[in-house]
Amino acid sequence: MYVSTKWLENYVDTKGIAPADLAEKITRAGIEVDTIIDRSEGLTNIVVGHVESCEKHPEADKLNICQVNVGEETVQIICGAPNVAAGQNIIAALPGAKLPGGMKIKKAKLRGEVSNGMICSLQELGVEGKTVAKAYAEGIYVLPADAKPGTDALSLLGLDDVILEFDLTPNRADALSMLGVAYEVGAILSQDVKLPTIEYTASNEKAEDVLTLKVEAKEDNPMYIAKVVKNVKVAESPLWLQNYLMAAGVRPHNNVVDITNFVLLEYGQPLHAFDYDRLETKEIVVRRAVEGEKMTTLDDVERTLHADQLVITNGKEPVALAGVMGGANSEVHDGTTTVVIESAYFASASVRKTSKDVGLRSDASTRFEKGVDPNRVAEAAERAAQLMAELAGGEVLAGAVQFDELDKESVRIILSPDYVNQRLGMKIPMDEMVSILERLQIPVEAANGQLIVDAPTRRQDLRIKEDLIEEIARLYGYDEIPMTLPIGESVPGGLNSFQEKRRLVRRYMESAGLYQAITYSLTSRAESQSFALETAPVTELLMPMSEDRSVLRQSLLPHLLDATTYNVARRIDTVSLYETGSVFLGTQEDGLPKEVGHVAAVITGKWVDHAWQQENKKVDFFVMKGIVEGLMDTLGLTGKVTYAKATHDGLHPGRTADILLNGVVVGVLGQLHPSEQKKRDLKETYVTEMNLALLLAESAEALVYEQVPRYPSMSRDIALVVSKDEAAGSLMDIIQEAGGKLLKDVTVFDLYEGDKVDEGMKSLAFSLTYFDAERTLTDEEVVTRHDKVLAALKEKSGAVLRG
Amino acid sequence: MEQQLEQLKQEALQKIEAAASVKELNDVRVAYLGKKGPITDLLKGMGKLPAEERPKMGALVNVVRETVTTTLEEKMELLELQAVNEKLEKETIDITLPGRPVKLGNHHPLTRVVEEIEDFFISMGYEVAEGPEVEQDYYNFEALNLPKGHPARDMQDSFYITEDVLLRTHTSPVQARTMAAKKGESIKIICPGKVYRRDSDDATHSHQFTQIEGLVVGEDIRMSDLKGTLALFAKKMFGEEREIRLRPSFFPFTEPSVEMDISCFKCGGSGCNVCKKTGWIEILGAGMVHPNVLEMAGYDPTVFTGFAFGMGPERIAMLKYGVEDIRHFFTNDMRFISQFNRTEV
Repeated sequence: MYVSTKWLENYVDTKGIAPADLAEKITRAGIEVDTIIDRSEGLTNIVVGHVESCEKHPEADKLNICQVNVGEETVQIICGAPNVAAGQNIIAALPGAKLPGGMKIKKAKLRGEVSNGMICSLQELGVEGKTVAKAYAEGIYVLPADAKPGTDALSLLGLDDVILEFDLTPNRADALSMLGVAYEVGAILSQDVKLPTIEYTASNEKAEDVLTLKVEAKEDNPMYIAKVVKNVKVAESPLWLQNYLMAAGVRPHNNVVDITNFVLLEYGQPLHAFDYDRLETKEIVVRRAVEGEKMTTLDDVERTLHADQLVITNGKEPVALAGVMGGANSEVHDGTTTVVIESAYFASASVRKTSKDVGLRSDASTRFEKGVDPNRVAEAAERAAQLMAELAGGEVLAGAVQFDELDKESVRIILSPDYVNQRLGMKIPMDEMVSILERLQIPVEAANGQLIVDAPTRRQDLRIKEDLIEEIARLYGYDEIPMTLPIGESVPGGLNSFQEKRRLVRRYMESAGLYQAITYSLTSRAESQSFALETAPVTELLMPMSEDRSVLRQSLLPHLLDATTYNVARRIDTVSLYETGSVFLGTQEDGLPKEVGHVAAVITGKWVDHAWQQENKKVDFFVMKGIVEGLMDTLGLTGKVTYAKATHDGLHPGRTADILLNGVVVGVLGQLHPSEQKKRDLKETYVTEMNLALLLAESAEALVYEQVPRYPSMSRDIALVVSKDEAAGSLMDIIQEAGGKLLKDVTVFDLYEGDKVDEGMKSLAFSLTYFDAERTLTDEEVVTRHDKVLAALKEKSGAVLRG
Repeated sequence: MEQQLEQLKQEALQKIEAAASVKELNDVRVAYLGKKGPITDLLKGMGKLPAEERPKMGALVNVVRETVTTTLEEKMELLELQAVNEKLEKETIDITLPGRPVKLGNHHPLTRVVEEIEDFFISMGYEVAEGPEVEQDYYNFEALNLPKGHPARDMQDSFYITEDVLLRTHTSPVQARTMAAKKGESIKIICPGKVYRRDSDDATHSHQFTQIEGLVVGEDIRMSDLKGTLALFAKKMFGEEREIRLRPSFFPFTEPSVEMDISCFKCGGSGCNVCKKTGWIEILGAGMVHPNVLEMAGYDPTVFTGFAFGMGPERIAMLKYGVEDIRHFFTNDMRFISQFNRTEV
C-alpha cells in the first residue's frame, strides 16, 4: 500500500511532522513503513511551459524546434517527442534543472539549433511508466489548458509529495484505504479524522426504474448495490485525481474508471462501473457460473469458468468475474453515457478461490479476500456517484438497486482494566485505556469498572479481549512495558538423555576429525533408498518442485556423498564429513512416517598429511573402523558391540562390516564400491551409517573405577602362521577365552603376507599381557597359562607358531 | 723430592689446562692419578724415606694430589658442559616450521547458533522439545489458530504428503504437541528443528531451513515476562550492550504479537550496512499465546497465559558472521564449514 502524505492530509492533520518522523511513529505503532519515497527528490527548476510554435528541425527528422512560453520569456527548446504540438501546455525543465538520476539540464545546441532546456515526460520526472496514462506513456506529458506558464510544475503534478510504502500484516486490511490509514494516523497523533462530505443532487428518476437486480448466490454475495448515473461525459480526469492515482501506483484511464479506483483507494471498497447500454438487458443477476461457461475479461483474455466461481451477469451472460475483474463486453468506453456503479460485499473465500484459479490478483480482489467493511459498501457507492456528478457531469438517479442480507453489527467486547494490566504486566490507568480507544475512534464506555467496547466493522481484526489489549498496548507504547521474568516455581531445564548423548556424538565425531554437514532431507526417488540400513515405503510429496527433491530420504549417505563429490570437484582432496539427522520410513498409524535419528560419516583423501616430515597416510577401512570404535567407547558400548563381515549394495564386497549392538545390526561401515566411487567421481572413500536412536537408547556400561595397577604385568609376544581367511578377530577370541582372568590384554602388532610364509597363509603377531591385580605373577603361572593359549590356538584354528 | 713433586704438579696442571676434550682429560687423569701414575709411584716410594720425613712428605704428596684432582674435576665439569652445549647446538631445529596438524572437525555454523540459543534457555530452566518433521495438518495449522481455508495454509506454500500430512512449515507444532501432552501443567520449552517451505532455493530462500521457538505457559505469565526474557537473551547472544525494542506485528497463534529488534551489534545503533542505516536489526517474532491455541490444547485461557517466540538460526548466523547466501549452509563446502572452528569470546 502506497500512502501519499499529500492525499492523507485531506483526512487527518499531519502538519509539522516530517514524513520520516511520521513513518517512524507509524512503524512503532504497528504498521511497518517499508520505504519512504520523496517524489520531488532531485527535481529543481521545472515549470509549466506553453508551446507557442512547433516546427520540424531542418537537420533532423525526429526533432522539433519549439518556441515555449515559460512565463517571463519565450525560449527555444528542441524536443524529440512524437506527440509535441503547438498550443500544448507542457513540463519544461529549464537550464540548471536537475532530474532524478542526477541528470542536469544545460543550454545546448542540437544539430545547430539552440535548446534552452527540455520538454519532459512524466517518466523523466521519476514517475513509474506503468502508472502513466496510456496517452502519454510514449511521449511528453501534456498539462491541462488552464495551467499557467512559468509556474511550478511539480506542485501542479502533485510531485511535491512524500509516499510511505506500508508493509501490511494480514490482519490490518483496514489500512488498505486512505481512510483506514487516517484512523491509524489520527490515533497516533491524537488528531480527528475528517471524512469526505457526500452531497449531490439526485435526479427525479429512480435507479429501480431502469435496472433490476437478482442475487442468486446469497452466501457468496450477501450485499449488492447498483447506482445508475446518466449523461456522463467520459473524459480525462482532473489532474488532482490523476495525481492521487499515480501516487498510489494506479494508472489513470478516464474519469469514470478513475473515480471507481479513487474510491477503492479512499474507502477500501472495490467498485466496478458497467456501461448501462452495453448491459442491454436492464438487469443484473449474480450467480455461480455454469461449468464451462466462457467470458472475456477486461484484459481481453477469454476464460472458461467453473461452477464454484461467482459471476455478475446481465441475466444471459457473464459481464464480470465478481470481485476479480470486469468483462470486456460491458466495459466503460469513450462513448459511454450511462454508468452502473457496482458496490458489493463478496465473500473472501469465494474471491480468493476465483482469483487464484484464473491467476488474477487485483486491487479489488486483494481487498475482498481480506474482507471489506460491511458498513462502507453503500457509502462508497454514494461517494462514487457524487464524484461522477461533480467530475463527469453525470446525473445520479435517485436511490439504488440493492440486495442486502449482510450482517453489519459491530462486535461487543467487555474487559476489565485489571485483565489488561495483568496480561501486560503493567499499570495503565483506566482513563488512559479509554482515551486510547477513543483516539482509535473505537466506541467505548466505562461502566462498573469495566470497559464496554463496540469494535467497529472497519476493524475486523478486533474480535476478542486480547485484540483490544494489543490496541491499548501498542498505542501506549511497547517501550513502556517493563522487563520482568516469569514468577513461579523454577524447575531445572536441560536436555533429555537422547539430546545429551547426541551432542556427545557430535563432539566426538568432531574431535575425531570430522566436520558436521547439514544436507537436505528431500531427495530424488532414485536416491531415496540408496545405502539405507532399513528400507520401507517412501514418503513422497504430492506436488514436488523438482524430481530431485520429491521423496524423503531413508539414508543420510547419498547427500553426504554428493557433498563429498562437490568438495573433491573443487580440489579439496581430503574430505571428512558427518551428519546427524532423521530418515523417514513407511507410514505409522497416525499417518506419519517413522522418523529415525541416524548418524553417518564419509572420509576420503589423506588421513594424516604432514608433508614436510613425510608423514602421509591415505584413509582406509581401519581409519573409519577406528572412528566407529572410538564412538562406541565414548558411548560406553564397547563391550556390547561386534563387527561382522557383510555385503551391502553400493559398498565394496570385501571391505564392509555390519556393526552389531548386542547382536543386532545397528549400522554399517565400509568402502564405497569402486563402481560407485567412479560414478561419483571419488577416489577411495569410506562410509559409515548408524541408527542413532538404537545406539543412544542403550545404556552405557557402568563406569566404576578400576584400581591403578600396583603389581607388574608380564608380556608375551607370539607370531602365528594361519590361513589367509582366518580372521584376526576369531584368533583374539580364542586367545581371550583361553587366557582367562589372568590375560589382561591382547593386541595385534604385526600382519605379514608375503614370500616368507607359504602361499595362502599369513602371519599375525599378537602381544599378550598377563596381570593379577592382587600380586606379582610368577613365571611358572604365566608359562602355564600361555601354553594353554597356544594349545587352544593350535586346536581351534590350526595356528602354528612362526619359526 | 719436594722439587720433583712441585714439577710434577706444574706438569699435571699444564696438561689439564691443555686438555681439549673429556677423553684427553681422562688420559691426564690416568697418567697422573692412575694406579701406575707418578703420584702413586711417589706414594709407593715413601717407604724408602726416613721415618721422620714420611709424614711431611705424605702431606705434601696429598696436597699435590688434591690440587691436581680438584683442578681436573673442575676442568672436567667445564669440558662436559661444553660437550653438552655442542651437542645441543647440533640438535637445533627451525622452530618456524609448521607443527603437525591436530585433526579436528567442528560444528556446522547452524548447530553452533542453535546450541548457543539452547544453552541460554536451558540455563533459564527450559527443556528442549523436539517433534516430527513430517507433521499432521492439525498440529501444523489447526491447533495454532490457522483453521482450514486460512490463506497461510495454501497448498502452494507447503510440501504436502497427503491432504492431512505435510512437512512442517515451522516448529510450532512441537509447541502444540507439548501442550496437548502436558495438559494443565506449566511449560517452559525451546523447540529447535528443521522446517520446510515450498520455496525455490536462492540467496535468501531455502526450501529447508532451521527454526528455534520457545514457549512458556503458566498461571499469570505476562507480556512483561516476554520482554524481560527476550532482553536477557539478546544480551547473552549479541552482547551485553544490546538494547531491544518491540514492534507490534501479527501472527495467527499469538495476540498481541510483536517483532523484536536489537540495537545493531555492528555499529551500536548509529547506522551501518548491517542494520540498513536504521540502527536496529529484526531478530525474532513473538507474542502472547492466542487464547484459541491454549483452549484447543486443553488449557483454560482464563487461568493460563503464555508467551511464545521464534527465530531463524540461518538469519542469525548470516547476520553474526556476515554470510551473504543462505545456500552456503546446505552446500557443505569444507572451506565454508571449517571456518567455524573457534571461539568468539
